[in-house]
Amino acid sequence: MQQLIFAIATMAAGVLACAAYFFGTNWILDKLFPSKGLTGPVASRNLRITNAIRPWLFLGPALFSLTIYLIYPVIASVWLSLHDRAGENFVGLNNFVWMFNDGEFRQSIYNNFLWLLVVPAAATFFGLIIAALTDRIWWGNIAKTLIFMPMAISFVGASVIWKFIYDYRAEGTEQIGLLNAVVVYFGGTPEAWVTLPFWNNFFLMVILIWIQTGFAMVILSAALRGIPEETVEAAVIDGANGLQIFFKIMIPQMWGTIAVVWTTITILVLKVFDIVLAMTNGQWQSQVLANLMFDWMFRGGGDFGRGAAIAVIIMVLVIPIMIWNIRNAAKEMEGH
Amino acid sequence: MIASSRSPLVWVVHLSVILLVVLWTLPTAGLLISSLRDKDQLAVSGWWTALSTSSQNLTGRAASPEAQVERDGKFVIAGNLLEGGDAKVSAFGFRPLQPSAFKAGALADIGDGQTLTVKDDGSYEIVSPTRMEGTRGQRIFYTAAVPPRFTFDNYREVMRAAGIGASFINSLTVAIPATIIPILVAAFAAYALAWMKFPGRAILIAVVVGLLVVPLQMSLIPLLKLYNGVGAVLGVPAKTYVGIWLAHMGFGLPLAIYLLRNYMAGLPREIMESARVDGASDFDIFVKIILPLSFPALASFSIFQFLWTWNDLLVAMVFLGTGNNELVLTGRLVNLLGSRGGNWEILTASAFITIIVPLIVFFTLQRYLVRGLLAGSVKGG
Repeated sequence: MQQLIFAIATMAAGVLACAAYFFGTNWILDKLFPSKGLTGPVASRNLRITNAIRPWLFLGPALFSLTIYLIYPVIASVWLSLHDRAGENFVGLNNFVWMFNDGEFRQSIYNNFLWLLVVPAAATFFGLIIAALTDRIWWGNIAKTLIFMPMAISFVGASVIWKFIYDYRAEGTEQIGLLNAVVVYFGGTPEAWVTLPFWNNFFLMVILIWIQTGFAMVILSAALRGIPEETVEAAVIDGANGLQIFFKIMIPQMWGTIAVVWTTITILVLKVFDIVLAMTNGQWQSQVLANLMFDWMFRGGGDFGRGAAIAVIIMVLVIPIMIWNIRNAAKEMEGH
Repeated sequence: MIASSRSPLVWVVHLSVILLVVLWTLPTAGLLISSLRDKDQLAVSGWWTALSTSSQNLTGRAASPEAQVERDGKFVIAGNLLEGGDAKVSAFGFRPLQPSAFKAGALADIGDGQTLTVKDDGSYEIVSPTRMEGTRGQRIFYTAAVPPRFTFDNYREVMRAAGIGASFINSLTVAIPATIIPILVAAFAAYALAWMKFPGRAILIAVVVGLLVVPLQMSLIPLLKLYNGVGAVLGVPAKTYVGIWLAHMGFGLPLAIYLLRNYMAGLPREIMESARVDGASDFDIFVKIILPLSFPALASFSIFQFLWTWNDLLVAMVFLGTGNNELVLTGRLVNLLGSRGGNWEILTASAFITIIVPLIVFFTLQRYLVRGLLAGSVKGG
């Protein structure tokens, strides 16, 4: 309780300090270069000066913290990836050479590509189907809320939920995990699903698909609503059936949104860490890059060189999407 | 809009949506139901059987011969196997190999002229023509239908013993300041990027968009080194709440600035121009006009940031200690998965406590969440 009061006090202090900074610096700026009530060249000169300085006062704290927490670390990680475990001696590309010869790393890369192939595709597919179906029924919004709900659940919470579903009891005893109970009901033999190499990847992916489908659904459902009625009406008049309208009229108009959903989930997949840590911690050949990186960060006191090298690989995989995003944003800004 | 007039298709749509909704909600429902079940029942039967009475084979022991009383010239030991529980006995026996040889209420001959009977309410009676000897009671095997039992015991247990209560406070301590502090900083920056003219603005916007997708993993090691260094220089611990608040602020800023900038850029230009004609400075315009108008975007971002900081595991594992007054809920849950992996009554109740706050936020503020998602991602569509 005491620490909660401390937290609220700090929060109040933080907000007050922010407010004091913004109000204070602006007040000083207006005092130093007054323009109100003045006329002539002095006023316009002061106005020009304040207009040039004020944006940087507004941006200051944000730029400072972006620099410390994101820009500097990106550069430092690249630098560290070229150094030894303590970050002291330059080792060139040794960390990367080690990495590509390391079986666990290759396993992680392989698994990550599996994740990249399956999760964005499945989440987008289900999201699109659900968006299209719920659009037509009166209780669609209730259905959407329920499917969207896992989005609020933490990856760790979701892992517990699904670990319970995958729970395994020896053959012959009553299964309390839903999946094994269903398998036994249909006459199969129960399995410890998360320990099956290769297939366990898919059982872990299900968790992320379960969480992300709601996101895809919400975005795609808005895009569906945004499709101009006339295009659909024209197709109906031309005698197109439901499926034709969906695949030939609606989908082509949504490619942009589908791409956004796909890339957003792709980035999330590259960073997936909590699910693997909680479900298997990389055992049974289910390791992924983000968890491997975390592992090396602390393994044997921490190998910062190797950890940073793995982080750099994740970053390299993200860069194409980053460039694509920046291009899109720039295009949009020109349009304004 | 396509199938509305053709009824068979409408039914297919309804059925498939029902199926999908069931698939998506069943996992969470299973967790909730399990967390409320009696822990002995939870360990032996699936949660989907929670409402049906379960049939269990049980063993009991009659009272010892010392408790016998003389009645009508016979010696009687009486008692109840279920001790007031509301289970129902369907069959009983006195040999381990034939545990349900007799129907409830039947008279079993157990030798030496003694008889045993167990009624369906669990009451038993051993009747003997002679005084019974020995100190141990007769063993009785019986099959009972145990009715479902729901309880909050699991929750009481985890709040107290498993440390979930303490972690709940820790998670709040992390999430509340980490949500509120970035808002003001981001709002000012977003206004500058949306409505002020200065050299380099386009580049800064591009940088913010780029930083949106920088993987957290890139930041961890340099920041860990930085925190250790700062901690050593200032003589303070490297892992503190202040440290994690600032880290969450740094990681949340790109999205905050991006969302707020897009929203503010969409506000009508006329409002600002007329205010400027009246002599208002950028600062006045921002505080008195833009900030109140941006409430929906601020709400969207707060919800994102709160969900993200509450649900985060990685940042807390790296930048916050693991002591009892620092370990957050997600971290505690991961620890429990390791140490209490088979105790589903602990895991399900703990997991439900960790997800209840985000779920409440989700259901009450879903409108803002959806709006924020749309503002944050729909481009070029």
